[in-house]
Amino acid sequence: MKASLSLVKALAPLAAATAAGYALDASGIANPYWLQVFELACITAISALGLNVIYGFTGLFSLGHAAFYGIGAYAAALALKSFGGESQPAFLCALLAGGAAAALVAWLVGVSTLRLTSDYLGIATLGFGIIMKVIFDNADSFIPRLGGARGMTGITKMTTLPWAVVSLGGSFLVIRNLIQSSYGRALVSIREDEVAAGAMGIDTFRYKTAGFVVGCAFAGLAGGLYAHLYAFLHPSNFDFFKSVDVLVIVVLGGLGNMSGTLVASFGWVFLLEALRVILPPEYIEFRWVLIPVLLIVTMLVRPQGLFGLREFRFLREGAGR
Amino acid sequence: MEYFLQQVINGLQVGFVYALIALGYTMVYGVVRLINFAHGDVFMVGAFIGLYAIEKFHLPLFAVFLLATLGCAALAIVVERVAYRPLRQAPRIASLITAIGVSLFLEYFTSLHQVFGPNYYSFPRPFAVSSWESGDLSLTNIQAIIFLVTLCCLVLLQFIVHRTRMGRAMRAVSFDPVTAGLMGVDVNLVISITFGIGAALAGVGGVLYGIAYPQVNTFMGVMPGLKAFTAAVLGGIGSIPGAVLGALIMGQSETLTSAYLSSTYRDGIAFVILIGVLLLRPTGIFGTAKTEKV
Repeated sequence: MKASLSLVKALAPLAAATAAGYALDASGIANPYWLQVFELACITAISALGLNVIYGFTGLFSLGHAAFYGIGAYAAALALKSFGGESQPAFLCALLAGGAAAALVAWLVGVSTLRLTSDYLGIATLGFGIIMKVIFDNADSFIPRLGGARGMTGITKMTTLPWAVVSLGGSFLVIRNLIQSSYGRALVSIREDEVAAGAMGIDTFRYKTAGFVVGCAFAGLAGGLYAHLYAFLHPSNFDFFKSVDVLVIVVLGGLGNMSGTLVASFGWVFLLEALRVILPPEYIEFRWVLIPVLLIVTMLVRPQGLFGLREFRFLREGAGR
Repeated sequence: MEYFLQQVINGLQVGFVYALIALGYTMVYGVVRLINFAHGDVFMVGAFIGLYAIEKFHLPLFAVFLLATLGCAALAIVVERVAYRPLRQAPRIASLITAIGVSLFLEYFTSLHQVFGPNYYSFPRPFAVSSWESGDLSLTNIQAIIFLVTLCCLVLLQFIVHRTRMGRAMRAVSFDPVTAGLMGVDVNLVISITFGIGAALAGVGGVLYGIAYPQVNTFMGVMPGLKAFTAAVLGGIGSIPGAVLGALIMGQSETLTSAYLSSTYRDGIAFVILIGVLLLRPTGIFGTAKTEKV
């Protein structure tokens, strides 16, 4: 009884948001451009949540998150293009395929590199990200449909507002419950002190791999949504700078803080777009001068991230129970 | 065989430039444990200083190097003072994010029309290019200058680090900043000087890069920066000979991949080597493993 009640509590805001989304979509009140920005913000938040599991909660420094985002995007797009059609269930399968592909590659990468520690792991994942970018660039030489450096076209536009919102809500639910379970506790204990966690009987390598795989699976899911939002994929969408973007979001929000990730994702995506509108055309190139300055100042003022340790109520310990 | 040797010479040219950048990464990491992402952009500023010194002021080569060195050192010291020092006691990731911020700022600020501008600019050759031939092998005077200048910098650096008071202070801070402070070492000064020396080497690298590949752009520092950092990790971060060895490996892998495979795989192979080395030696070739104390 209690469990079903908590499920209702968790799903109610989701349903409401979805209904609101449909209404907005159908009524045409919302500007389609800003609606698309909103969808992108949801997708970015999913990917950032994944990195938060990896870096924020498990403490594994990853500089290659965009590579898994890209793997998910290409895998989902290829799956739907090859087998799919344009039905909603097929899209769901493609998204899951994207997540699974990212998870599989993450498992291979994790098993081989997670023995490295801190900065060395960061550089190994950075290297992996650059290798994946080179592979995406040359992908057309082994699978012509992927388009390689010319970009992948012919993707159906499937990602709608409800898809984005429901995926984001679902990701929050899964990750919140994961972190508050004994598995999540184990991940956090590894972040706090790997040696002590090992001494308490936690198989640290297995848990680290699991945390990495789960986080990358969410990146893959986000990638699939991204692919079907813009209907065009280019390797430059998944380069080192995109990995940095997500990292910035996670750190700005506060490591191991899901509320922070949510707010920072929306803040980051909307800030980038809003500056395009706010700045007069002759000063538009100041956009990327202002953003780093804001970033530096924010870090100097709040090095622990915007939210620090505080969480929104629905994400707090014991919420919905 | 001669084709191979020629590629090796070309690879040394790239490798030595990477070495100059990698030294700055490894030294800074040695004293403050920070991946200074802005270092590649300091290298870019060095190249632009060189460009202006040659084109606008027609300075002799020696003065060009001096100006680039001083300019970059000053820039790095200011960046350290403003963006990194306030965060020294904060979690390490905070200063990493500000380093990324500084990097983006330098790239986009300098690409404004009011500063360097957003285009590709051709770097003037300060001297006529000539080459020495031996059979099918050739060595250009540009390559000779790169080898000579880099070797001079390495000898100078080795002298500073191992034979001067400041060098000893740097090694002490790198070993244990708190204890070094208690022993009367001015830790802040040492860190500033380390940033300055690293940036000065990057400035020299920037001018050499401009002479060798005569086209500059405000984003030119990104890839060399990443590769030089990778080189530093490959050699064992914190180790000066390691950085040079790592850079030479990166240079060779890049040139040989372009020559024998395809230049589109160039960036990939270098990182495959990196991951391979890290799997065998998790702290790099010359890195020392630290046992974790409980």
